[in-house]
Amino acid sequence: MQTPLYQYTLPGGAHWSFRMRRGTALRLTDVEGGANVGMLFYNPEEKLERYNAPDSLKGQHTFKLTRGNCLYSDMGRVFASIVEDSFGWHDTVCGNLHPQQVKEKYGEHRYQDHHNDWYLSGHTSFLTELAKYGLTERDLAANLNLFSKVATDDDGKMFFDPSAAKPGARVTLRFEMETLVVMHTCPHPLNPATEYPKKPVHVEMLKADPVTADDYCLNFRPENGRAFENNRLYYLDEAASFKPQATS
Amino acid sequence: MIKESTLKPEDAAFREVVPAGDYFLKVLKKGETVRILDLEGNQAADTLFFNADDSAERYSAMDTIREQGNVYLTAGTVLRSNRNNPMLEITADTCGRHDTLGGACATESNTVRYDLEKRCMHACRDSWMLAVNEHEEFGLGKRDITHNINFFMNVPVTADGGLTFEDGISAPGKYVELKALMNTTVLISNCPQLNNPCNGYNPTPIEVLIW
Repeated sequence: MQTPLYQYTLPGGAHWSFRMRRGTALRLTDVEGGANVGMLFYNPEEKLERYNAPDSLKGQHTFKLTRGNCLYSDMGRVFASIVEDSFGWHDTVCGNLHPQQVKEKYGEHRYQDHHNDWYLSGHTSFLTELAKYGLTERDLAANLNLFSKVATDDDGKMFFDPSAAKPGARVTLRFEMETLVVMHTCPHPLNPATEYPKKPVHVEMLKADPVTADDYCLNFRPENGRAFENNRLYYLDEAASFKPQATS
Repeated sequence: MIKESTLKPEDAAFREVVPAGDYFLKVLKKGETVRILDLEGNQAADTLFFNADDSAERYSAMDTIREQGNVYLTAGTVLRSNRNNPMLEITADTCGRHDTLGGACATESNTVRYDLEKRCMHACRDSWMLAVNEHEEFGLGKRDITHNINFFMNVPVTADGGLTFEDGISAPGKYVELKALMNTTVLISNCPQLNNPCNGYNPTPIEVLIW
């Protein structure tokens, strides 16, 4: 197994942000089971380019995200590809709890009384990290909620599935662009747990293998091939195009 | 849920037909009701809402569907903001279901969805980009142009996590009505998309009425 370039266990209910380089991978492990990772992507060269959940979902005709799916920017490019996933169904439409909702659901846990065991909301966490890059609530787009499964019935009613949680569940994102990653480990808004779930997530940064013509994510949907071609245009890669075909 | 309106078009204080490929931008005062009317049927009206007194507060698809526990919008749905405040309520709906997962078309996403050669076909986001630059007084920019509602669009989610784009369930004369719970800026792109069934491959005008 490859030695990570860097690794860190992010405690539950915390937030972090960092830059991922094109050609590196981010492997996340739900250490205990039941974690949630809220995540957003921005292009550090033009932060107005950001992860776009609707484009990612409609482009790949999916409501859930799993291995093979690419995470698109609003400019028709791929920030990251899901190259490994032992969890199987990640949410990207439920957003975050707001601070008032955390207080109502779990009780007030201020820093004054609990120091770093305070109860943070996903919304607060994102706002805190975004400000470090000059970004505000205007820049807060629909985020990923990794390790949280939300399904629907025929009438569109949404269900959070706690049985999907698995200790050791792992998802690996391969970055196809330079990417500012903003993340938190605060509870998913539909998690029915009555105690604030503080679930750690192990984060490993790795060097990724180069993308080849037979790459699983590249070929998972014809749309992905065209989005990779847009990445090639962005970087003006000298490498040959993967020659994506139009959908008839 | 199908719910007819009791409001009469002849009593409306404002009426405007919006051709496909154009945008509509107007402030709705708290308590006013806006109707979006699908004149010829199967037309997608891609819509964003902003707090007219503070444009950093805007319609949030995530907050709206999470708080109602359902991914579809219809009569009774309260549209919520990114601060989780109620912005508008859907008070009448003769279509029965509207999408807020699929987002708007953009020239960039058209290259991904359809063909790299379709880069220069008109798209909703371009209408919005022009709207914010032609109306700087609204204080809006690209970062405010985000996850919208697709009125009259049918995007069913399947139990196994698929997302499908189906023929519109709308028809000529179908409408949706919303009551503003705060002073609200309405920004509509009447969708010019030619490549999928959301407009029946034939974009047509809508009418906006306000009482």
